[in-house]
Amino acid sequence: MLKRYIERFSWVDFLLKLFQVLALAAIVIGIFNTLSVARYSSDQWVTLIFAGLAQGSIYALIALGYTLVYGILLMINFAHGDVYMAGAFTSVFLADSFALSGFLASHPVLAILILLLVAVTVSMVLNVIVERVAYRPLRGAPRLVPLITAIGASFTIEYTFRGLYGAEFHAYPTVPALSGIINIAGYEIPRVQIVVLVAAVVLMLGLYFFVERTKIGKAMRAVSEDKEVARLMGINVDKVIMITFAVGGALAGAAGVFNGLFRPQGVFFFMGFIPGIKAFTAAVLGGIGNVPGAMVGGLFLGVFEAVGPNLILEGLGIPAVNQLRDAFAFTLLVIILIFRPQGIFGERLAEKKA
Amino acid sequence: MGAILTTRNVTKRFGGLVAVNDFNLDIEEYSISSVIGPNGAGKTTFFNCITGFYVPDEGDIIFDGHYIQGLSTDRITHHGISRTYQNIRLFSNMTAIENILVGQHPHLKTLWVEAIFKTPRFLKEEAAALEEAIRLLNFVGLAGMGDLIAHNMPYGAQRRLEIARALASRPKLLLLDEPTAGMNPNESAEMMHFIQRLRDELEITILLIEHDMRVVMGISEQISVMDFGQKIAEGTPKEIQRNPRVIEAYLGRGAAAGLKLETKGAKA
Amino acid sequence: MIKTLQENFRIILRYGLLGSVIALYLTTIGIVETFAQRNLVGTSVSLGHVFLVFGAVGAGFLVTRAMKEHSASIAAAASFITGMITSILLIILTLVIQVFVIQAAGQERVFELRSMFVNLSPSLVEFLTFGQGLVLGNLLFALFSGLMGLIGSSFVLLPENWRRAWINSLIWVLGLGLFSENVAQIVRELFSSSLNKVLFTNKALNPVAAIVIFVITFAIGYFGINKKTRAKWEQMPESRRKRGRTVLIVLSVVFLLVLPWTVGLFLSQALFIIGLYVMMGLGLNIVVGYAGLLDLGYVAFFAFGAYTMGILTSTGPLGRSDLTFWTALPFAVLVGVIWGLLLGFPVLRMRGDYLAIVTLGFGEIIRILALSNWLAPLEGGAQGVLHIPHPKIFGFAMDSPQSMYYLVVLGAVLAAFVTIRLRDSRLGRQWMAMREDEDVAEAMGINLVQTKLLAFAIGAAFSAMSGAIFAARLGNIFPHSFNILISINALSLIIVGGMGSIPGVVVGALILVGLPEMLREFAEYRLLMYGILLIVMMLVKPEGFLPEATRKRELRSGKEQFSDQVARSES
Repeated sequence: MLKRYIERFSWVDFLLKLFQVLALAAIVIGIFNTLSVARYSSDQWVTLIFAGLAQGSIYALIALGYTLVYGILLMINFAHGDVYMAGAFTSVFLADSFALSGFLASHPVLAILILLLVAVTVSMVLNVIVERVAYRPLRGAPRLVPLITAIGASFTIEYTFRGLYGAEFHAYPTVPALSGIINIAGYEIPRVQIVVLVAAVVLMLGLYFFVERTKIGKAMRAVSEDKEVARLMGINVDKVIMITFAVGGALAGAAGVFNGLFRPQGVFFFMGFIPGIKAFTAAVLGGIGNVPGAMVGGLFLGVFEAVGPNLILEGLGIPAVNQLRDAFAFTLLVIILIFRPQGIFGERLAEKKA
Repeated sequence: MGAILTTRNVTKRFGGLVAVNDFNLDIEEYSISSVIGPNGAGKTTFFNCITGFYVPDEGDIIFDGHYIQGLSTDRITHHGISRTYQNIRLFSNMTAIENILVGQHPHLKTLWVEAIFKTPRFLKEEAAALEEAIRLLNFVGLAGMGDLIAHNMPYGAQRRLEIARALASRPKLLLLDEPTAGMNPNESAEMMHFIQRLRDELEITILLIEHDMRVVMGISEQISVMDFGQKIAEGTPKEIQRNPRVIEAYLGRGAAAGLKLETKGAKA
Repeated sequence: MIKTLQENFRIILRYGLLGSVIALYLTTIGIVETFAQRNLVGTSVSLGHVFLVFGAVGAGFLVTRAMKEHSASIAAAASFITGMITSILLIILTLVIQVFVIQAAGQERVFELRSMFVNLSPSLVEFLTFGQGLVLGNLLFALFSGLMGLIGSSFVLLPENWRRAWINSLIWVLGLGLFSENVAQIVRELFSSSLNKVLFTNKALNPVAAIVIFVITFAIGYFGINKKTRAKWEQMPESRRKRGRTVLIVLSVVFLLVLPWTVGLFLSQALFIIGLYVMMGLGLNIVVGYAGLLDLGYVAFFAFGAYTMGILTSTGPLGRSDLTFWTALPFAVLVGVIWGLLLGFPVLRMRGDYLAIVTLGFGEIIRILALSNWLAPLEGGAQGVLHIPHPKIFGFAMDSPQSMYYLVVLGAVLAAFVTIRLRDSRLGRQWMAMREDEDVAEAMGINLVQTKLLAFAIGAAFSAMSGAIFAARLGNIFPHSFNILISINALSLIIVGGMGSIPGVVVGALILVGLPEMLREFAEYRLLMYGILLIVMMLVKPEGFLPEATRKRELRSGKEQFSDQVARSES
């Protein structure tokens, strides 16, 4: 009996379990320490959570692009973060001139809609071009090959926009109509966060209905189930893939404008890199290929990233936790991929292991 | 002679689908046995359970006195089970010789550090391995093709190379998953004799999945018939041919009667 | 003739517009004007011109190839028209700049074109119109583009001998012009400054010298000396060829040894960096090329090597011990190996693309941690580790780039040696089998955990070693030096050279690291070039320029493998 056990013993499993236990212990101890000394008031937590939700809704919009593409092509579109950058970076110049001319103050809704339209168009077109040039000719190649072109596409986009628009940061102007504070159940939340959150959720719902209800959405799902069969059913697979990239790009473009509206840091050519990885994390979190999963995953990641460092790391006695926010989110990615690669809600494509 | 492989109540489920259901099998040492059954009956899944690609949900698999279910694939190979695949899975960008050399892995002992310093032991072992690989190549009738890249070889040669690679690990039990798939009657007959020769000359046990009834009936000493993951019949070729449940399983699906009981679709 | 051209107008228009888009792209992202500073021949031909005409030449080439079945004169005419069409977008661009930038200057506006597109400067118009004003200049430019289209068609239409000679001399003249500064340096060191003056003026090839070189190389190309020597070489008996090869190896070793003393300080530094990347590339080649594991966080091990070296040897406040370079080096490598195992461990069971993004995440985590205040007491945080001494050998401090170059060559040779030995061993076969088909490899009795970890550990060892040498050369290290771009550099060079190929790593490093080091203007566009190269290589030449024999066949067989995968997943 003992021999049978020893023969089946795996160091990998053992060490991964150990790591799991240690990680859990660190989280529990951290939370306990932080809460027991009441370092932050409930006001502060709520502020953090709402900031996290707004940020998370942006991750979710980007994550949808990853998830849609992965669902259909089983590949990570590494360039997606840069598609997001392209939209945000392009419309910042327009936003500047709107602010200068006073249009942004006099017609905020119209102005923001135009900004969205520009960003969405740029990102959408760019994503379609990337698919056409870098991925379509390689359909059916070994998996490593499109992965490498995707990395290449990512850097090509980044440095193309650096060449076009320069290497400086450009901050979005503040929109008077969006500044200020809304009082919700006694908590004061910046208005812009609420607006971004609501707008993002509306877009996500729109996408959900698009995928579930429309004819194109159904074709997308058919292609993601089985490309060959879909082709036999008379679906133009190339066109569906193109539309998928277009939709993913459009959402990323919108995310770019939202991001510009509520984060004062400004946009620049490399801004897509880190949100790209994080949005991918969100997509994996929700189960890659799973559309509602990506939405929830994004929101969860946003909150987790906003609250986690203060809640967990500070309790462990680590100084200057704000510096570690990104590392914290990436660690979550690693942990999820180790222990639950199918995500929280399960991957729609779990059986499609290739 | 005793059984070299025994499976007891092996069950494998995928979600709601029971691919292999309560499957019992005894394979005599030095025998040639077959598992047959209609498409999707769970034959390959059963093979995958034996070789450790899947861990059975229930049941025991006893090989040569060891309980092997739940062991990792490489450990099972070290115990002496080796296999080929339904759709050939060679290391397609390596040469034929390299494929066989990889197959010899379980018997090579030198460490990688020795390779850096080219110790005498390493050189000796590599030379012996190469010699053995060439011997196997000749044995399966591929002499002179050793330096071809696997995926450039003709189909029949790839099948043989896959068997040579499997033999390189010096298995006690060889699992062949549809060794004559895609072959014409002449090639099938040739393969049939080759399988018999394998058993006779190398004194190993052979278990195969096969669709070609001429092959199955021609070389098997024992046949198990699988349908919907369950064993519905077992016996010698003669007994199987007369068994009403087997005939029902095949004919009930509208397949033509005759020697070749089942037409092969594009998907297996 | 006119009729045939009319019938093929769609093709002409398509390629013409493609060329035009390329030209517009290269111009608006600033490449053309940036490189206009680097003269190739005299002051009239610059690298900017080469980029400017790239679209026209390419379009001419493609259109001629597409119209192969027609007569040469028709194809040439088509390529001329195509070339002229490529100028359209740039002509429009000059007008746009004229109206919105030059004429709008000084006026109060809410939207300024140049604040968005930073490269649309008046001097660009000047460059595009050859300083001849808008009307005449643009006419000239259109004609010029047409001529460039003709040049593109010449690559197809000329007879074999002429074509070879023509391409040969183009490469020589442009190449010498491009590296004129560096070549001039070598000529000065080896020959005389008077020869240097004849050949080069104003950091470019002298026009007269250019013509002479053109004629000479043209003759060499035409009479096919290269080809004849190769044919002769192939006729030689094996024993003589073997001797020849030995001589070649000895010569290249001697060449490597004297190289830094002929090229001056600046290029020696470039050689040093190339050597570092060769070492890193060889390590990554094991992980990606042999074992098939796409590791994008490779820079982490480079950082571990550098920081270990820094902390162990620094004479500054962070120095933890007074080890010397030589005694600290084994520790640096060891730390690299340990982290290779630690970071390799969690990704053992991940699929290829997940592995890529997780390793990318690891690289970023390490960089962020290195920057953080949390670990600053240990490794300096954003301030980095300072005062790392240079290695000393027999009391002689290796503080020049030349001496460090030898160190790095030694390291690279060692790495190449280990790589070759392992490739030809059981472990090498295990890696390749795993790369081909992980499941089957496991079914052959290969322990995947061990095999993968060994790949990560050995790859990390090489990277850590180069990191340690890097730290000792620089003297100060900062977290900013260890970003994702280093991983991308290393990955690009093995892909350009050919995955799994050792000469490929060297050539890849020479092209991708050496070239930008020599041409400082490149710095800004370096990663753009890498990105485009990665895409183009995968589309056109996935096996790389110097492919490893087996790799070449794999990546070409995309379609078959895919259908195989489909069949597998369905069974």
